[in-house]
Amino acid sequence: MDVVVQLQRQLADHTASLFHEGFLNEQFNQLQQLQDESNPDFVVEVVSLFFEDSERLLNELAKALEQQAVDYKKVDAHVHQLKGSSSSIGAQRVQGVCIPFRNFCEEQNIEGCLKCLQQVKHEYSLVKNKLETLFKLEQQLIAAGGSFPTL
Amino acid sequence: MATVGEVFRRSLPETIDQVRDDSSSSSELHVLAVDDSLVDRKVIERLLKISSCKVTAVESGTRALQYLGLDGERASVGFNESSVLREIPVVVMSSENILTRIDRCLEEGAEDFLLKPVKLDDVKRLRDFIMKGDGKDGGETRIHKRKRQDDYASLSSPSPFPACDPSSPLMPSSSPSARSSKRAKLRNKD
Repeated sequence: MDVVVQLQRQLADHTASLFHEGFLNEQFNQLQQLQDESNPDFVVEVVSLFFEDSERLLNELAKALEQQAVDYKKVDAHVHQLKGSSSSIGAQRVQGVCIPFRNFCEEQNIEGCLKCLQQVKHEYSLVKNKLETLFKLEQQLIAAGGSFPTL
Repeated sequence: MATVGEVFRRSLPETIDQVRDDSSSSSELHVLAVDDSLVDRKVIERLLKISSCKVTAVESGTRALQYLGLDGERASVGFNESSVLREIPVVVMSSENILTRIDRCLEEGAEDFLLKPVKLDDVKRLRDFIMKGDGKDGGETRIHKRKRQDDYASLSSPSPFPACDPSSPLMPSSSPSARSSKRAKLRNKD
């Protein structure tokens, strides 16, 4: 029983810090509301899609910004997609970097774009790690016989 | 920017031919959701299912047309000819909170506009609104419904059906007070 309590606390703390530090926002709660017995893995599934999608987009962005003649419309389209999907899962900090990123696209500012790409990659890997930890804790908790409340 | 939208339909049967038999016997809404983002498709699908809607999620306007049987060569019924299809409420979803674009969507006949990220309450509110019956809003929305019929008749047009295309030049927005309350509601979503 102690293990369960411990894990529950760990999970609660970790989740709280994710929100507190701005990695996640209310939209993530919305996703959790959509999870139930009939769809017990919904959040993990959506977030996994987000990971796949983001990695693809980040690769495309890197490629696009390496070109001699940068196609800023294309870059902007990718950033727009990244902004959209991160917003849909509540990945606030990733979403946040996309805003100045789009502005730099509009200005056709290569320096600004490259800097934003670095930042967004950084924020993405941070939130990815934290979400993976979250899911791992949830799994451990379930394995230990406990359950986690959705926020 | 890619356009997204949703097409609401009461109990869409498997083939368009059955459309005319479709009376309002079933109270389940069937929604055709269009979004090029896989993540968003998954989310909207779940949002709608949890709100007791039947969902078909497709990735583009082209696919939407194909699903509705309106994809040019194989179209069994012309869009203009089908009075039932014309009555399908259209809702536009976008992450861009740009008033002129929102206005334009509403002017072109969209039933409503959902600002992304979409929340469960948005979908529930929308579903209730649609279920209360088209025409409840009376003359106001009806007047603007499918005004630009000609635009949709051309299936080779680049703008995806049936959502408006925000990337084309915007008209100056002259919004009558009829829509101002709707706009006010939408704007508060900052």
